[in-house]
Amino acid sequence: MIPASFDYVRPGSLDEVLALLRDREGEAKILSGGYSLLPLMKLRLAQPALVVDLQAVTGLDGIARTDDWWRIGGRATHRAILEHGALTADHASIHDAAGGIGDPQVRNWGTIGGSCAHADPSSDWPAVLQALGASFVLRSAAGERVVPARGFFVDAFQTGIEPTEVMTEVRVPVAVPRMGSSYVKLERRAGDFATVGAAAALTLGADGRIAAAGLALTAVGDAPFVAAAAEAQLTGSAPDEAAFAAAADAAAAAARPVADGHGPADYKLAMAREITLRALRLAATRAMTA
Amino acid sequence: MATTHVQVTVNGKLREADVEARLLLVHLLRDQFGLTGTHTGCDTSNCGACTVHVNGRSAKSCTMLAVQADGASITTIEGMEQGGKLHPLQQAFWDQHGLQCGFCTPGMIMESAWLLGENPDPTEGEIREGIAGNLCRCTGYVNIVKAVQQAAAELRAAAEATPAATA
Repeated sequence: MIPASFDYVRPGSLDEVLALLRDREGEAKILSGGYSLLPLMKLRLAQPALVVDLQAVTGLDGIARTDDWWRIGGRATHRAILEHGALTADHASIHDAAGGIGDPQVRNWGTIGGSCAHADPSSDWPAVLQALGASFVLRSAAGERVVPARGFFVDAFQTGIEPTEVMTEVRVPVAVPRMGSSYVKLERRAGDFATVGAAAALTLGADGRIAAAGLALTAVGDAPFVAAAAEAQLTGSAPDEAAFAAAADAAAAAARPVADGHGPADYKLAMAREITLRALRLAATRAMTA
Repeated sequence: MATTHVQVTVNGKLREADVEARLLLVHLLRDQFGLTGTHTGCDTSNCGACTVHVNGRSAKSCTMLAVQADGASITTIEGMEQGGKLHPLQQAFWDQHGLQCGFCTPGMIMESAWLLGENPDPTEGEIREGIAGNLCRCTGYVNIVKAVQQAAAELRAAAEATPAATA
């Protein structure tokens, strides 16, 4: 399969990239790792006139911690994230997710910013980043803005990013004491896209109850979504099976799975409940030892 | 038809070509450079038959543009044999019957070589994880895993036999 014709540029600076995106608005697509964009171009589902390769732009792939945030460069690869011990020790859900994305070759090249901007509804980062309360730094020639991950993923392959913007950074709040997170993914075979995924982040209060809850689901909606009703039910509850079962019911009630090669809708609904349950149990276990 | 001039170091040798931006790296290697050891399998980033190393990182060359590789250093299966001697992985796939039809083998070997560079002493589980992006439809993977284990042991023994450089 051969992509349609396009022009290719490899600018040496972010400013050049942003100027191109401004001047060729709507015609240009950004190439980061390529493992999402090129398959679409080969199928001719994407036919950009201009491909802007970010590989020569330096400074976009770092992972650093500040007092409040983990700052993950948009071009940090899944592998670099997976192997960042301090980050994944802080947020186990990030380790869970990174290790299950594609296969080693995909993780070697695919990037977190590329994945989030591409926004495949079955991709893993969106649920994890929504559950953790992450934000995205979006840069254009006109300036920079920071938007919450919650609300960013509006539909399949549709996000709040403008065609003139580059996702330069993902900001994840550093973990607080007694916080645990998890990402559980059901896949048909190793490295496949999720049939269902659930990301949970639970913080326990001094009284042992859930002080804060984040819960988001992959692949059972138009976009990976926050299970807000389930979060509300969890907050203030004891971290026990009854609370998790009720939250899993609420999360499944918000799911809108579509039958496809991964299975019929009623199966996916049942799995959404089960996978949510497992994610909550795991996050709670981790929170108790954090 | 606009073309771009690319320079790529393939198996240590500088090669050049004029390519369309849409040319995939696997086609540059196979059709323009004649290096047909790298196979086009699924052409959808799944099977790994087209795996090569680009600047030391394993990549599926059906999911990379030739222009992306401009300036890069690439290793293909043809670059594994040195001085008429098979690479320990190649020999191990032979010894352990790690192939039947052989179609996946170049990609399997390249991915295994990358894996052993990262992790010289992998467990069986780590080997299986390491080649999760490479599909074999003949062997059931058992002998492929054995081959990687054999090569890992040989490469470790060779590394130990080589005196470490002194500062």
